[in-house]
Amino acid sequence: MLLFDVPGPRARARHRVYTVVTLLVLVALLGYVGYVLNGSTMRPFNPEGEWTAQKWTPLFTAASWQHYIIPGLINTLMAAGQAAVAAVVFGMLFGVGRMSDHKWISWPCAVVVEFFRGIPLLMLIFFTVAFPLVLAQLAEAVPALAAIGLADVDITVDTLTAVVVGLTLYNGSVLAEVFRAGIQAVPKGQSEAAYSLGMGKTQVMTLILLPQAVASMMPAIVAQLVVLLKDTALGYIVAYPELLRNFRFISTEHNNIIPAAIVCAAIYIAINMALSRFAIWLERRNARRGKASATVVGAPGMDPASVGALGAAGEPGAAPAATAAPAGTTPEPTLRGEPDDGPGEPGDGAEGPDEPGTGPADRG
Amino acid sequence: MEAFFANFDLVINGFSWTVRLTLLSALGSFLLGLVLTAMRVSPVPLMRGIATTYVETVRNTPLTLVLLFCGLGLSSALGFTFTENVEWDVFWFAVIGLSAYTACFVSESLRSGINTIPLGQIEAARSIGLTFGQNLQLILLPQALRAVIGPLGSVLIALTKNTTIASAAGLGVIEASAQMKQMFDKGIAPVIPTFIGFAIGFLVLTLPMGFFFSWLARRMAVAR
Repeated sequence: MLLFDVPGPRARARHRVYTVVTLLVLVALLGYVGYVLNGSTMRPFNPEGEWTAQKWTPLFTAASWQHYIIPGLINTLMAAGQAAVAAVVFGMLFGVGRMSDHKWISWPCAVVVEFFRGIPLLMLIFFTVAFPLVLAQLAEAVPALAAIGLADVDITVDTLTAVVVGLTLYNGSVLAEVFRAGIQAVPKGQSEAAYSLGMGKTQVMTLILLPQAVASMMPAIVAQLVVLLKDTALGYIVAYPELLRNFRFISTEHNNIIPAAIVCAAIYIAINMALSRFAIWLERRNARRGKASATVVGAPGMDPASVGALGAAGEPGAAPAATAAPAGTTPEPTLRGEPDDGPGEPGDGAEGPDEPGTGPADRG
Repeated sequence: MEAFFANFDLVINGFSWTVRLTLLSALGSFLLGLVLTAMRVSPVPLMRGIATTYVETVRNTPLTLVLLFCGLGLSSALGFTFTENVEWDVFWFAVIGLSAYTACFVSESLRSGINTIPLGQIEAARSIGLTFGQNLQLILLPQALRAVIGPLGSVLIALTKNTTIASAAGLGVIEASAQMKQMFDKGIAPVIPTFIGFAIGFLVLTLPMGFFFSWLARRMAVAR
């Protein structure tokens, strides 16, 4: 959107001044960063600076990639892949379960979804790590459980399992809401027609509602996968050897945390941007086909791509009301169609048209 | 359960750090987000480019990495310090990392809020001769802020939960999740009651926030 007219000569002159000022500020900032990174004897921790070759070359040797970066990337993708599949299954089960007509199914599903959405992901991971301890303590506290052999159960939870379980529970709960929104977005006439053909509830759900809902849910699901992938970095905290942890190993060895962090971030950004673009492409494709894309956004003006990527352990796309309301009283998720290039399209809003000659202050 | 309540001061201490991290990071991220949004809708292409690059870069970086960069990079490698006190030093670096990260989502919300404002409003404002700055201050932001109360509430709730990652910035800030882990590991209290206790603690923080923001969003909604 443009908040300004096509600039005239005076405005253009003013904008040139702004540009120069911005440029100066930017140069000053970059100069300061460069000075800081350059190091000096004033900085006892970092006398040699960050630009020396010995800090950067270790990140690009075959050995680093072979022993650290590629295995780390594989571990990250493995955790993300397993968690993604499990979270989609979890989300589908609990999303559909929450819509059940039977209170004894819908209530527990709602409680589970709201609980796991409401607490930090890291706590879930810590709990999973401590799970063997839980069994031991249970066996100690409840003699009956010890009698049936709980005390003898000897399991260990490896860090991969902890990360995957945590990611599954959290993202699965978020996806459950996405599924619910998507299913509710299918026009009512569809299920009515199916019932009138004599289909049962299960048939209506599996044959009519889910297949149609999946198309509208795809962008939101892929956007959630970006969150999931970013959150695998939490594995660092429980020492799962994923990408970040392995870059940390390199940086400990070569004392080059800043170059290592930059290269590591570049890898994450590349993967996440590709996934985000994919989500936006899916959404545009839906819009082209005249379908709406489901989001769990309650308030106006949030697009799934932007909110979807909301965070490490973030609250992707969730309306605060939906997050906050206790189980059972949660407002229904809403569906918004995203017109592809309508005036309110958030995706390509603020950048505005790059060529100001195309018309007086068009949006998008 | 008794063991959990016997150590309730530890729990309170953990959550006090969580609250402090949340409040300061919320303030920091809101201010930075506001600046980024203004830059992203400004008439100067260079400003738009800088703000967009920042948002796209930081929001696609895992928060763990952002905090690690603040803690180990800025603090240990480059030798920046805020205070002599290690605990508070880590705290401030965590606040910086959380603010830098959350500002992206604040900015995205605000921008989409600006996008909900009808074009006629902006055209009318321009036609009566308001400059870009006046347009932003008098017409856009008042409406956009009201439209994004709900999304900003979500961002704040996410931020509260994200403070648990502060331990990536360094040891010293024992916020709630780190406190919980210590209580697990040191066997201070059994795992299940401790976990449920801390989970309730987070719900106690986030539920009222959610209620408040959805109430406020309804109350302040712009009728169109």
